[in-house]
Amino acid sequence: MTRSSRKGYDGVAVAVPVTVPYVRYSTHGAHWFIGRALAELVRESGIDKDDIDGLCVSSFTLAPDTAVGLTQHLGLNPRWLDHLPMGGASGVVAVRRAARAIQAGDADMIACVAGDTNHVDSFRQTLGSFSLFARDATYPYGSGGPNAMFAFITAHYMRTYGAQREDFGRICVAQRENALATPYAMFRKPLTLDEYIAARVIAEPIHLFDCVMPCAGAEGVLLMSEARARDLNLPFARLLAATERHNAYREDPIMIRGGWAMDRDDLYAQAGIKPDDIDLVQFYDDYPVIVMMQYEDLGFCEKGEGPAFVRSRTLTREGSLPTNTSGGQLSVGQAGAAGGYLGLVEAVRQLTGQAPGRAVPDAKLGLVSGFGMVTYDRCVCTGALILGRGDSR
Amino acid sequence: MTKQMTRPKRKNPVLRTRLPTLPPWGRSRVALGLTAAAAIGRFELQQCADCAAIQYPPREACHVCLSARLQWKPQSGAGRLLSETVLHHSNDLFFRERLPWRLGLVQLDVGPTLMVHLLDCAPAAPARVNVDVRLDRAGQAVLLGVPETETEHMAEDRVLREMTCDPKFRKALVTDGKTAVGQAIVKALVNAGADIVWAGHAEPWKKLPGLDGITALPQVTLVPLDLTSAKSVSELAGEVAGKVDIVINNAEVHRTYGISARRGADAARAEMDINYFGLLRLAQEFGPALKGRGADGPASAVAWVNLLSIYALSNYPPHGTYSASKAAALSLAQCLRAEMRPAGIRVINLFPGPIDDDWNQLLPPPKIAPASVAQAIVKALRDGVEDVYPGDVAQEWLARWRENPKVLERELAAGGS
Repeated sequence: MTRSSRKGYDGVAVAVPVTVPYVRYSTHGAHWFIGRALAELVRESGIDKDDIDGLCVSSFTLAPDTAVGLTQHLGLNPRWLDHLPMGGASGVVAVRRAARAIQAGDADMIACVAGDTNHVDSFRQTLGSFSLFARDATYPYGSGGPNAMFAFITAHYMRTYGAQREDFGRICVAQRENALATPYAMFRKPLTLDEYIAARVIAEPIHLFDCVMPCAGAEGVLLMSEARARDLNLPFARLLAATERHNAYREDPIMIRGGWAMDRDDLYAQAGIKPDDIDLVQFYDDYPVIVMMQYEDLGFCEKGEGPAFVRSRTLTREGSLPTNTSGGQLSVGQAGAAGGYLGLVEAVRQLTGQAPGRAVPDAKLGLVSGFGMVTYDRCVCTGALILGRGDSR
Repeated sequence: MTKQMTRPKRKNPVLRTRLPTLPPWGRSRVALGLTAAAAIGRFELQQCADCAAIQYPPREACHVCLSARLQWKPQSGAGRLLSETVLHHSNDLFFRERLPWRLGLVQLDVGPTLMVHLLDCAPAAPARVNVDVRLDRAGQAVLLGVPETETEHMAEDRVLREMTCDPKFRKALVTDGKTAVGQAIVKALVNAGADIVWAGHAEPWKKLPGLDGITALPQVTLVPLDLTSAKSVSELAGEVAGKVDIVINNAEVHRTYGISARRGADAARAEMDINYFGLLRLAQEFGPALKGRGADGPASAVAWVNLLSIYALSNYPPHGTYSASKAAALSLAQCLRAEMRPAGIRVINLFPGPIDDDWNQLLPPPKIAPASVAQAIVKALRDGVEDVYPGDVAQEWLARWRENPKVLERELAAGGS
């Protein structure tokens, strides 16, 4: 599968990583969180609000509005507008598409934002109407939400490849250690492997610390040309490669690999690098089994070697393969669709020297993945980006 | 592997009776095809008429060839349990009250992967299992993972019992215990493990053969019940409605007239008074009591059975007024079903062909034996289905009616039964 004719993403700058700090519950609406994120983008970049001529939005709790209603709500008049209902893949896909718009000149300054509120009953209400298939074929079966489906996937993976709970624990404990230096992380108390193992069971074999905590918050970045970023004196990351893939491997009766595997050769070829060259990874981490699969599917080890891989590597910020350096959703929390931006925003921070107190030393290349929308028995949307430091070539 | 159910303890009258909760019942219109099949005890999935691919979850277009010609067809439930979990947390009240709850992911041999409720007696993954379908407490179809061969006491599996209306350890009212059909139903319920059967009798001076044998059974109590009398229904309800778990309304009047064979409306009115208004009176008195006890422990109120007739679907002119009364009763039973649903009480309609009793004396065979009607009722309760067409005649009429109701009407008008 050769994609050599694909054009690169040269000349595009990904800049101004912002986070609206997470809270467990909020009485504000999604509009509030997205509005705060845009205000931060404007403030941090020094541009005028009206300079934003492109907007890409992802949110689960914006109804009955979409990105369309937001333009009026927030007083924007973009000439490029997108609304991506891709949950955990929204950040990756937003950057991939916005980059093309910048290259083509369809827009000059694109704000990519994701944000959600979380009321006390939001999560339950989202689950029952998440998708047609969820309403018809999963929610009536115990109403466990994604926990049940990922319990199937985790149990099956463990049996097939001999993974132990401790292997998943290594991922969760390392991410917690990373989160200790992240000011907006919901969990900033150290987690030991013993505590991980002893946690209460949620859906066998998934236990408490395998699950993300739903919360409210927002994340965003600005995309523009490199020239514009330099004019504005904004540190930026370059987009070296991007892929997206939906409903991959639909012939697999249960998820054992993600769409990343289908496109990884294209991804690395586009960036002209190998997995070994990557300095840090921001993997989508709704459950640790998915992190483990991504080491395999994105070429850091062979299929089935994930357990051995996490045993042989240290995943903390100063480790041999820094993973989810903010703490990931497992420790920062999952602010709805903003969970699909968490890794992107953190990678841009790391590559632009904006992660004070938790910088990965000398990081030049970062990989960001996305994984979104459990419409039935797995997440359907996958994608990946390779980002480089603005001065990396 | 299933623990045999023991007789539930007597209810503690000090404790509040729990209110019924239902599993999530929202479904898309296309997914109701699964429910429609499950309501008559069939496991059907959509199959593409162009490329034969089996579809699940239900769809509006084939996931292989995009054809819109998807037809619900009976399927084999044979498959492989790929993975399983036990939920210890749920976002829904119904399941929260029932945790832990076992679930499975099954790949059918015919293709698709299905999420199922997994019985405790089903083997651990990976393993061969069968997928079966049931109506859940909300009356919507759900898939079950069951062992390949039925295990001991499987009907008493706690998950299965949530879906079904097994008479074991339950208390039933049979509205007419005297007739051959009534006696057969009473006997069948006792044999199925019912704790108490109240057998209604409207005319105590009539001693029908066999009645003594019924009343001699320790589980059976004869109770006065005349469905033409609101007072009679109300009095019995005052005594037993708060204890009845299953109502079986088999009382009927059956005369063999069309319109011109008999002057006046007296016979038709008598049929209506029992077959239609009797159901109405009974439902008004007993319905609310059953609904209040939809979650009253392991032997809660659970079902309402109506003995209708296959003639309810299309008028059989030689029994024309009877057919009309059964059609009216069917319509009312649909209303009753809608009103009982929020409490999880299943309304089961039985549509037998001609029963081998006095009123069908002149009809040629085949006729369904009273004992077969009774067995069909017990099976319907155990399977938890909604609509039952017992016997060969009923099955044949049903097939003809489904194929083309107008053709059946013409055939019946020409005397074809």
